[in-house]
Amino acid sequence: MSNVPAELKYTESHEWIRTEADGTVTIGITDHAQEALGDLVFLELPEVGKTYAAHQEMAVVESVKAAADVYAPIAGEVTEVNQAAVDAPESVNQDAYAAWLFKMKPANAADLDSLLDAAAYTRISAD
Amino acid sequence: MSEKTILNNAHRQAGARMVDFGGWDMPVNYGSQIEEHHAVRTDCGMFDVSHMCAVDVVGPDAKEFLRRLVANNVDKLKVPGKALYSAMLNDAGGVVDDLIIYYLNDTTYRLVINASTATKDLAWMAARQQDWGLNLTITERRDGNDPLGMIAVQGPKAKTKVWEVLPQTRATTENLPPFFGVQIGDYFIATTGYTGEEGFEIALPAAETEKLWHALLAAGVTPCGLGARDTLRLEAGMNLYGNDMDETVSPLDAGLAWTVDLKTEREFVGKAALLANGQKSQFLGLVLQDKGVLRGHQKVITAQGDGEITSGTFSPTLQQSIALARLPLGVAIGDQVEVEIRDKRLKAKVVKPTFARNGKALV
Repeated sequence: MSNVPAELKYTESHEWIRTEADGTVTIGITDHAQEALGDLVFLELPEVGKTYAAHQEMAVVESVKAAADVYAPIAGEVTEVNQAAVDAPESVNQDAYAAWLFKMKPANAADLDSLLDAAAYTRISAD
Repeated sequence: MSEKTILNNAHRQAGARMVDFGGWDMPVNYGSQIEEHHAVRTDCGMFDVSHMCAVDVVGPDAKEFLRRLVANNVDKLKVPGKALYSAMLNDAGGVVDDLIIYYLNDTTYRLVINASTATKDLAWMAARQQDWGLNLTITERRDGNDPLGMIAVQGPKAKTKVWEVLPQTRATTENLPPFFGVQIGDYFIATTGYTGEEGFEIALPAAETEKLWHALLAAGVTPCGLGARDTLRLEAGMNLYGNDMDETVSPLDAGLAWTVDLKTEREFVGKAALLANGQKSQFLGLVLQDKGVLRGHQKVITAQGDGEITSGTFSPTLQQSIALARLPLGVAIGDQVEVEIRDKRLKAKVVKPTFARNGKALV
C-alpha cells in the first residue's frame, strides 16, 4: 500500500502539491506513481520562468521501463526546479515526497481548492 | 483473465509487482529492477520462464520437418544435447517466431518458443506438417497433460548455486559446453540463457517447480522480474520478438543473418523471399550521448536516411541509455546520428549491438 500524506493535495494524474507559506506550491509525483514506474533514471524538468496552463505537460520522468509525463496541477509560473533530483533520479524512488520536482507560483490561488485531498487520492490510487 | 504460471503464488509471496505480459500475469520486479540486473551481472539471479512453451517434436520425420520449418539448419546439430537458435519464417520471409531447438537424437527434438506466440506457432507448425505429410508428433509441454515449469538461473555464480541445490546434476553439467541441454532424471538442464551471463535454464515437471524456486531462494539466488530480463538481454544484444522483429520483418534486417542458412541447397519456408528481397536495413546498437532514454519506435536520423529504434532502455551496466535500431544500409559503426525524443534531437553513437556480457561493458 503506497504512502499518501494527509497534509498534501493531489491530482488524478498522480502529482502531489504542497502549499508553502509564501504562497508558492511545491510539486512532485506520488509514492504510488514512483512505485508503478519503477527505478527512475532520468528527469526532464521545466525551465524557471515558463508559464503553464492547468493539465499541460510540464516534465517527464523516465524509469528503466517507461516514460511518464508530469502535468501542471494548476496554472502558474515555474519558480524553481530541484536540480538535486535531476542529478539523482533514484531519490524520487527513495522518498517521493522529499524529492520534489519543481515549484510554481499559482496564477490563481483559488485553483488549489479544486485539487484532491488525501482521502480522495487514496481511493483513486487504490483502483 | 490473464494466464498464470505455476510460480504465480511464489512471486506474490516474494513481493513481486505483477504486470500483464502478452496475456500472462508475470513479475516485472520484486522491488528494484536495477538491483536485480546487477545481481545477474555480478552474482546470481533467477527468472520464472514457465510462460515460455516447450514443444517436443518426435518421430521418424522430425529432422526433415525442422529442416524445412526453420531458417537455421538443423543438420548442424550432430552431438546429442546441442542447441540451435533459429527464426521460423512465413512465406514472405517475415519472422513468425524465434526459438531454440535442442537436438536429443535424429528423431527427438525439443523446441522452446515464445509465450505470446505459442498458440500461433503451434497452429503454424501443425499446418506445415499436414502440408508436407510428414510422420511426427508435435507435443506442447506448457498447458497439456505433462506440463513443464522453467526457471532460468543466470550469473557468474549461477552454476555453483544450482549445484548446491541439485548436487546430483553436477557431474553431468560441470563440463557441459555453452548452448547444450541434458536430461538428468526429472530435470532438463541447458547452458542457454537470455542475459549474456553463464548459467542454466532448467525445465522440470510443473509440480516440482515451486519446490526448486524456494530452494534456490534459500540458497541466496535473487528473484528477477521481466524488467531486468529486458535490460539484460538488451545489453547482451539479444533480439526480443515483437520489438526487434515480427512477421513483417526479415531476419536479414533484424541482425539475424547469422542464424539464416542460405549457403546449402536446403529449401525452407521463406527462403525464396529472402533471396529475392535481400538485406534492406542493418541492425546496430546506439549509445545515447546526451541525457535521456532511448525507447522503441523513436526515429533515428542518419546521413543515409531515417531509421528506427526497435528496443531502447537505460543500461544499468553502462549507466547510460542504449538501443537496438534498424538503420539504413551504409551507416557505419562509430557514426554520429540523432534520435528524435519528444521535441528534441539528441546525439547518439552507432556501436556494435553488444553492450555488456559476462559482467563487463563492451562499448
